[in-house]
Amino acid sequence: MSNKIRAAIIGPGNIGTDLLMKAMRSDVIEPVWMVGVDPESPGLARARDMGIKTTCEGVDGLVPHMREDNIQICFDATSAYVHADNSRKVNAEGAVMIDLTPAAIGPFCVPPVNLKNAVAERAMNVNMVTCGGQATIPMVAAVSRVQAVSYGEIVATVSSRSVGPGTRKNIDEFTRTTAKGVELIGGAQQGKAIIIINPAEPPLIMRDTIHCLTVDEPDQEAITRSVHEMVAEVQKYVPGYTLKNGPTFDGKRVSIYMEVAGLGDFLPRYAGNLDIMTAAGLRTAEMYAEEILAGRFVPTAA
Amino acid sequence: MNLQGKKIQVHDMSLRDGMHPKQHQITVQQMVEIAVAMDEAGIPLIEVTHGDGLGGASVNYGFPAASDQEYLTAVCKAVKKTRVSALLLPGIGTVDHLKMAVDCGISTIRVATHCTEADVSEQHISMASQISGLDTVGFLMMAHMIPAEELVVQLKLMESYGANCVYITDSAGYMLPDDVTSRVALARKELKPETELGFHGHHNLGMGIANSLAAVEAGATRIDGSLAGLGAGAGNTPLEVFLAVCDRMGVETGVDLFKAMDVAEDLIVPLMDHMVRVDRDSLTLGWAGVYSSFLLFAKRSAAKYGLSARDILVELGRRRTVGGQEDMIEDLAMDMARARDSA
Repeated sequence: MSNKIRAAIIGPGNIGTDLLMKAMRSDVIEPVWMVGVDPESPGLARARDMGIKTTCEGVDGLVPHMREDNIQICFDATSAYVHADNSRKVNAEGAVMIDLTPAAIGPFCVPPVNLKNAVAERAMNVNMVTCGGQATIPMVAAVSRVQAVSYGEIVATVSSRSVGPGTRKNIDEFTRTTAKGVELIGGAQQGKAIIIINPAEPPLIMRDTIHCLTVDEPDQEAITRSVHEMVAEVQKYVPGYTLKNGPTFDGKRVSIYMEVAGLGDFLPRYAGNLDIMTAAGLRTAEMYAEEILAGRFVPTAA
Repeated sequence: MNLQGKKIQVHDMSLRDGMHPKQHQITVQQMVEIAVAMDEAGIPLIEVTHGDGLGGASVNYGFPAASDQEYLTAVCKAVKKTRVSALLLPGIGTVDHLKMAVDCGISTIRVATHCTEADVSEQHISMASQISGLDTVGFLMMAHMIPAEELVVQLKLMESYGANCVYITDSAGYMLPDDVTSRVALARKELKPETELGFHGHHNLGMGIANSLAAVEAGATRIDGSLAGLGAGAGNTPLEVFLAVCDRMGVETGVDLFKAMDVAEDLIVPLMDHMVRVDRDSLTLGWAGVYSSFLLFAKRSAAKYGLSARDILVELGRRRTVGGQEDMIEDLAMDMARARDSA
């Protein structure tokens, strides 16, 4: 009996490939399948080269093999439009779905803030919010755990090269889903999200600005301490998560300026926005895997 | 230059781009008063939105005196012949904002992206183009940053999504007339003949009028400007000046020049918090190729951290920042102040 939980990755694009490379190093996850829709996909070829089973027939090509290969966790790195379908199909085979698209049909999960709750809920589908959400919601939470935040706003600036066609067709879902995550997980009463795409060469490393408006005068010392602690938590799975400036205080405004460099597994380091998604997705899957391995959770078809 | 007999449509920016120098504090009442006067002057199209477009209300860009919905509802009701447009930047506003603006009674939606990123507008342009009678415009900002050939590829994307008009937008006021001519002429040659072309200028190098004329000569039929130049940086192409020049050159705009001059002098200038003009810092925007609405943010950060706004703007240009990156200004100022203090 293997001491790893077997997993499939749906979507052999940038995110899927980066996730595969991280998952190969995991102590508790064993990636077995990579699922695509294009037989010519370079991502599928890369996965085959790494010894991973592949199908170019989408999730329908995976489903017949899930039980025999004991796939208990799937990652969806495709797009919001097809996610619900994908999730229904793999859930029916008894696998948990970790959703890296902005579809958000399951509860949000931002590991340092609410991973334990998400896993405790035993949800068969969890959503990783968005790249901007993973990078910023921990900071909103770092402020809101000190004192009430009436408004949280995040600005994510990403390099053009790191934004794939799915996000581009889907940019409203990014802003809506991130804003909702700022409220539900970040703890701001009202959330707002902005994304800026910059084509500069060499590509800029992901930058994130977080503005919180506190209800009462901000407790500068407590907020500063909380922010530094939260940065250290995120650094456990994204070492390039760096506080550039702040927190600065201006009346009730608290501003935090972050830079997010990736590990450079598949994409270059500047694509911290992709790295933080895959790292958070894998971190979530590992928590599930630990629960399954310990016999505390048996994923079952809904 | 012979432009005799050309017909163009001017589009006033005072109540949208003009929100930048007003820090988005123009009131609903002021907007209505100005819009009615522009209607009487025969200005065919005016833009009304937060300076950063629908949904721009934020800590990052500034909270406006009223909501987009309040402005648009009031202005659309008040005007008779003049039509009203709204601006939308994907990544800031969403199709929900677009639908709201349509319900308020706009005739025109302008969907704006950075010049290399047209594909983020597909969602919004294709939806807008399916709304019956909605004039759908694609708007490529910071168009100086890429050559004409690359710009045309992006304009064609917007056309393919359903835009009936596309704009070449000199957000930094960096272009010289030849830059405008080469871009507009190539776009005119490559786009469908029925797709209209527009030019949006800023006056940071004092080239607003010259650039707009170059655009008309090369085939643009829509020209943006704002009365008294109320707009970001050194302002937009000063519209009453452009109208006077058009009059002299025999370009037909359908606008009553003297009435437009009166609106500029009697309503817009008194509204200004500072004279919108080419000065040391707005000139730097044009020289360094920096997004015009960064001006006041750079001035504020310069004052707060004891730096020169010009130094900040030059560095923002060197880093090739794009529209919307206002958050980088204070961030950069803190870095510059730290570097100075440790030197």
